[in-house]
Amino acid sequence: MIHSVDLYSKNRIIKVVNILTTGEEMTKYNKSEAELEAIFQQKIDSEQKIEPKDWMPEAYRKNLIRQMSQHAHSEIIGMQPEGNFITRAPSLRRKTVLLSKVQDEGGHGLYLYSATETLGIERSELISALQSGQAKYASIFNYPAQTWGDMGAIGWLVDGAAIVNQVSLQRTSYGPYARGMIRICKEESFHQRQGYVIMMELAKGTPAQKQMAQDSLNRFYWPSLMMFGPHDSESAHSAKSMKWKIKRETNDDLRQKFIDQTAPQIAYLGLEHPDKDLVWNEEKGQHDSGEIDWEEFYAVINGNGHSNRQRIQHHVKAHEEGAWVRDAMSEYKQKKLQRKINAETAA
Amino acid sequence: MSLEKLELFEVFLRSKRGLDHKHAGSLHAEDKEQALEYARDVYTRRSEGVSIWVVRSNDICASQEDDSDSFFDPSDDKPYRHATYYDIPKEVGTM
Ligand SMILES: [Fe+2]
Ligand SMILES: [Fe+2]
Repeated sequence: MIHSVDLYSKNRIIKVVNILTTGEEMTKYNKSEAELEAIFQQKIDSEQKIEPKDWMPEAYRKNLIRQMSQHAHSEIIGMQPEGNFITRAPSLRRKTVLLSKVQDEGGHGLYLYSATETLGIERSELISALQSGQAKYASIFNYPAQTWGDMGAIGWLVDGAAIVNQVSLQRTSYGPYARGMIRICKEESFHQRQGYVIMMELAKGTPAQKQMAQDSLNRFYWPSLMMFGPHDSESAHSAKSMKWKIKRETNDDLRQKFIDQTAPQIAYLGLEHPDKDLVWNEEKGQHDSGEIDWEEFYAVINGNGHSNRQRIQHHVKAHEEGAWVRDAMSEYKQKKLQRKINAETAA
Repeated sequence: MSLEKLELFEVFLRSKRGLDHKHAGSLHAEDKEQALEYARDVYTRRSEGVSIWVVRSNDICASQEDDSDSFFDPSDDKPYRHATYYDIPKEVGTM
């Protein structure tokens, strides 16, 4: 993808990157922090990506570590509500589809943790921040998945909201994050579509099945809107993130996109829209909508959702129960090494 | 120094910020520092890259073409991993 800005300032960019490719070189040029920051911001402004070895302000690095690790944790914790249903899925085909989706999410977690590690932080630090509650993950995963309909609503709405956010992040300023998003978005489409297909099947089924679909929609619609975070006016990290192009669109703009794209999808299913205040605003070319229950949002974020404790406990348990595998692997590595040494001394 | 004693390095170039490094070719060098300089001299003569990686060829662990059955085949019988497997009506927009 070539941005017009790149073409416009191509010569200048080539000059800048030739002289100042790595952090080391910049130090060699003996620049002050302010000068380095100016060069950094210039790169951002001209739509160049920041790469791992570039000089970057400490606050940019911290901000990215926070956002990217939170994103990684969400992929991993997000496996739990759906993972619960793999054995309960109503047919073999549906089990394989759900299993495949959950496996994808594990992969997304891996891509994102690895990309975060390029910022000079270790995986173990990230994991312990998650387990101690110091790091957050998307609050949507603190809602329990109760019925098969929830598997439909999660794929359709939760992955759908994640996609809106992730498509925007394909243009984020940090190279490894942007590339990770491109890879992830390619896989996400399947997630949303399989969810919507579940909803379509239920919605055109028996009255009880249709009711199940409605119930899942009712429970997951509002929390999905909350996934975009607080209003722009309330968001602590927004302004800086926009200036650094870590975020490319504001919480409210992304949320609006999701509201607008979801409305016809609800209508097609023949289900009732959970937002009774939703009306099409001809003038603005978008929907006006009802207010989110922000008290609920903050309660869940601060640890008082239905499943917060359970999610973390499960993560800790899985991590501890997997310790013997990691131990066995390092033991095996030692053994192979020793065998090699023995063979060499014998020869 | 004879050519045989030189190590083989693989060269990867990032042509533009934001893009992945791509394999460009290989070269012989005494060590990694020299490999980086040689790579700059021979592989980036016309602003082909803004960043270079060199990796000892010996350090690359590669799959074999013959492995491909056990390595890659399983996903061919899992069409449900692809978005196109699911029929979504036009009315609901792209998904
Ligand atoms: Fe994902
Ligand atoms: Fe997903």
